[in-house]
Amino acid sequence: MAKSNSQVNPAMVFTTTPEAKQRKKYCRFKKNGIKYIDYKDGKFLLKFVNEQGKILPRRLTGTSLKFQRKVALAVKRARHIAVLPYVADGLK
Amino acid sequence: MAAKTKSKEVVLHNYESVIIFTPVLSEEQLKEVVSKYRSMITENDGELVHEENWGLTKLAYPIDKKTTGFYHIYEYKAVGDFVSKFELAFRRDERIMRFLTTALDKDALIYNQRKRNGEFNQPKKEKLEGKENGKK
Repeated sequence: MAKSNSQVNPAMVFTTTPEAKQRKKYCRFKKNGIKYIDYKDGKFLLKFVNEQGKILPRRLTGTSLKFQRKVALAVKRARHIAVLPYVADGLK
Repeated sequence: MAAKTKSKEVVLHNYESVIIFTPVLSEEQLKEVVSKYRSMITENDGELVHEENWGLTKLAYPIDKKTTGFYHIYEYKAVGDFVSKFELAFRRDERIMRFLTTALDKDALIYNQRKRNGEFNQPKKEKLEGKENGKK
């Protein structure tokens, strides 16, 4: 049994599971040492909303909880000063 | 006794106010309002740190049936109870469509300082290019 396992072709493993090697998500703020998220920078905040202008969940963006709270606050402030829309269609 | 010591020391906090003026204003009128609020900060024991004018900017959604507005940003130091006075003046002013005052924490101060020094120019260019490609 052990012998057959060791004889598995490594190339075969690669071809059978191509999707398994997905790049790991990371928090861009932690990685780049960004501590403050500017609510006046609409172009930057666009990365954290979907086409309808909704805030993306952190399971998609990979943002850590600490910074997700800050992102949410910044997006909400940006909406108030009309830098970002409250509702949109085809934002991107 | 504690009240005595408190009344004497003036603690200044950092704030930032974004104001959207109606686009109906002429350049002179705009200058006048801007200087009015600037002097209001300094007259109330405040200290103006920085000022920024975005000029006539397109709004993300219409406010008061207007699609553009003059953005003006004041960064200042002031006593805690000044903000409520300042905002009351905003509410009474028909030339102001929208305003937002935020307290700045230490990270925000560092960020604003660096932004003023123009340290963020290079990454911003990259961002712009990325967005343009995405649109196409």
